[in-house]
Amino acid sequence: MSEEFNNKSGYQAQSSEVISGTSGTTSPDMDYVRPAENPEQDLYHGHTFLTKWVFCQDAKVIGVQYFLTAVFTGIVGLILSWLMRLQLGFPGLAGFMTAEHYYQFVTMHGMIMVVYFLTALFLGGFGNYLIPLMVGARDMVFPYVNMLSFWMFFVAVAVLMASFFVPGGPTGSGWTLYPPQAILEGTPGSGAGILLMLISLSLFVIGFTMGGLNYLITILQARTRGMTLMRMPLTIWGIFTATVLAMLAFPALLVSSIMMTLDKVLGTSFFMPTILKAGEVLEYGGGSPILFQHLFWFFGHPEVYIVALPAFGIVSDLISVHARKNIFGYRMMVWAIVGIGALSFFVWAHHMYVSGMNPWFGFFFASTTLIIAVPTAMKVYNWILTLWRGNIRINTVMLWCLGFIVTFVNGGITGIFLGNVSVDVPLSDTYFVVAHFHMVMGIAPLMVIMGAVYHWFPLVAGRMLHEGLGKWHFWITFLGAYSIYFPMHYLGFIGVPRRYFEMYDSPYMTSGVGLNEFISLAAFIVGAAQFILIYNIIKTLKTGKSAGKNPWKANSLEWHTSTVPPEHGNFGEKLPVVHRWAYDYSVPGAKEDFIPQTTPPSEVAHTEVEKT
Amino acid sequence: MSDPKIEGFELKPGFKGMASDTGSDQTMFKGVHWGKAMMWIFLLSDTFVFSCFLISYMKGRASTPVEWPNPSEVFALDAFGVPVPLLLIAIMTFVLITSSGTMALAVKYGYEKNKKMCGWLVLATALGGLTFVGMQVFEWSKLIHEGVRPWGNPFGAAQFGSFFFMITGFHGFHVSIGVIFLFIYAYKVFAGHYENGGKRGWFTTMRGDYVEIEILGLYWHFVDLVWVFIFAFFYLW
Repeated sequence: MSEEFNNKSGYQAQSSEVISGTSGTTSPDMDYVRPAENPEQDLYHGHTFLTKWVFCQDAKVIGVQYFLTAVFTGIVGLILSWLMRLQLGFPGLAGFMTAEHYYQFVTMHGMIMVVYFLTALFLGGFGNYLIPLMVGARDMVFPYVNMLSFWMFFVAVAVLMASFFVPGGPTGSGWTLYPPQAILEGTPGSGAGILLMLISLSLFVIGFTMGGLNYLITILQARTRGMTLMRMPLTIWGIFTATVLAMLAFPALLVSSIMMTLDKVLGTSFFMPTILKAGEVLEYGGGSPILFQHLFWFFGHPEVYIVALPAFGIVSDLISVHARKNIFGYRMMVWAIVGIGALSFFVWAHHMYVSGMNPWFGFFFASTTLIIAVPTAMKVYNWILTLWRGNIRINTVMLWCLGFIVTFVNGGITGIFLGNVSVDVPLSDTYFVVAHFHMVMGIAPLMVIMGAVYHWFPLVAGRMLHEGLGKWHFWITFLGAYSIYFPMHYLGFIGVPRRYFEMYDSPYMTSGVGLNEFISLAAFIVGAAQFILIYNIIKTLKTGKSAGKNPWKANSLEWHTSTVPPEHGNFGEKLPVVHRWAYDYSVPGAKEDFIPQTTPPSEVAHTEVEKT
Repeated sequence: MSDPKIEGFELKPGFKGMASDTGSDQTMFKGVHWGKAMMWIFLLSDTFVFSCFLISYMKGRASTPVEWPNPSEVFALDAFGVPVPLLLIAIMTFVLITSSGTMALAVKYGYEKNKKMCGWLVLATALGGLTFVGMQVFEWSKLIHEGVRPWGNPFGAAQFGSFFFMITGFHGFHVSIGVIFLFIYAYKVFAGHYENGGKRGWFTTMRGDYVEIEILGLYWHFVDLVWVFIFAFFYLW
């Protein structure tokens, strides 16, 4: 930092309450933390290969299992997106691809990426690994149920992947699975495909519920001594609120899956109106397709925040650590997360503006949708203000965080367009929508995942990922992602509809042909760039430089375990005792620029440390 | 039960107490067993499942173009040659609510470490649940015999059978799971798995405790409560 800045002492970060550093007095009872309420946790230590690595009850191993399974589905989703872009950019080049294939790829890509990749990765992967470590617990509170949760997820993924190999292939009804077309002949995969999809979703919900109960109770009831809710890292707040949303939103998905399965298998008519097919009346009649849309989006919109909130939390921590500054407005950030979570249950019908709803209904949902922008914008301002005059380290992790802020703001602003009924109606079902949600809940959370991988890999594996490769990975992904999705906004404005296999000779498509080719090329490059990370990981595991303890000089508990990587039980003989929040970076008067959460007040009595 | 004693922490009554519990470290619900807290949150989630079912039912019933069958005729049972509306349902409801009572007593005796009484009462609850499921099987078979199917029925809107079988089936599934666990727990109580520090579980390897009876009791009362709503919405509307 410049000399000029250092001289202006008036710019020092001031919070409402600071333990005054002038006197520097210590008293014997200032480090007192009341004794433990919970007895020492009874853990099952596996001894065989099967109980140690396969049916393991250690949350860290389960987290890695979740992570790897989710990444596998993500790679399948990536390949599907390549195939779609191949068709869109260069129609007819892939000779085997029919329109049916295209619809199936769209559907599977959407469902895989939203549910089986992002949700499982954030909550199952990062949640399992980080929650016990960050709140100072030995493990999740119900390790056995936690193990079942992963294996249920594994079976759900297996069932989903099996649908690629059944007669008729996977379902091609779009990831929203709207009836009546989803289960009627003529839609690809309307036989076994849709059935396996619905079964897989039900299994996912059951598996997730088992995991979610663990995350919630561990955070609420198994924190270590001194760890109050308002001292938890924002990562935990994000995962916690997202889990609450999931526990309340997934029931709607489960119920709609059960009802549609019955419509398909037993011939009930929950969602099926009277239908004429080739002049003949089908057996169905009297049901309501709109009911499915309501149930689906009552799940679907909170689902967006189930993905976004953990990303918000994680990125807050990453920015704070790598800008060496406390997060700006911690309490505001917490309440923004909680507020976004609560509001997300009152906005679902903004996905249904074109379903023929009452205008007053649309008015209500447009209002709630725009209100949700307020806490979201607060968070963005706070990230920027955390960076403001911070001691920023431009390493790979920080690059991903900055990339996240930019893409998230971009996607958020187009969200304001689409939240208004009158703007949404003409833009509905165009590439503008595709660009919007890929920016805001595809690329933005993905940036956070990448940042989090570079940040926590040293903890998981004990070795540092290669920085140079990481920067290549970032710049290709960031610039490439913009090359893909920025032109898509324009395609949407000229009216190119989404989910079309081919545009044929449409007059408004002439200016879009070149753009489509460009987007496809960018997509191939960005997809391929992700393998840089995989190469980086494999190389690092073999020859990477050892990370040692706490390489980022971070405060939160996961970096202060007895060993790196942490063993089963996390903290060795004694659980840590927490005296402060996780954000005491660059505290004026402190010897180093970070004060770990476990540092007792008497050691830092001479500094201007925040009172938390 | 009296309030738990927390060393170094004063439990205050009312809203203030809730705020100070929430603001404290370690636990939010003071002195509450992990498993009990888990069951409450699971039940909250399950409430949303049943709410989605019942709201879908209301929407389906409100929007179907065909007339809805009259429940007091469809669900009537012939007693001594006279059709009595809701007779079977009244008995079913009585049995289920009674089993909730025996469950509550079992929890009480469990905490008093009265192994014998607790075991018998859990067993009685299980038998009550089994009777309920049995009567539900009878009701289903009677309706199926009269031609009610998930995809149609002779009395009116096809959705009647669809929603009826789905929702009572889902509830019956909950009761059946509960009955299975009640039998297992009755065995565990009699075998002394909750005494002398607790025996380690078959799968989880965690030590047993009488609090498990209360956790199962929470589930059982919830299943009862859901039945009350199903009763109101299906049989009285």
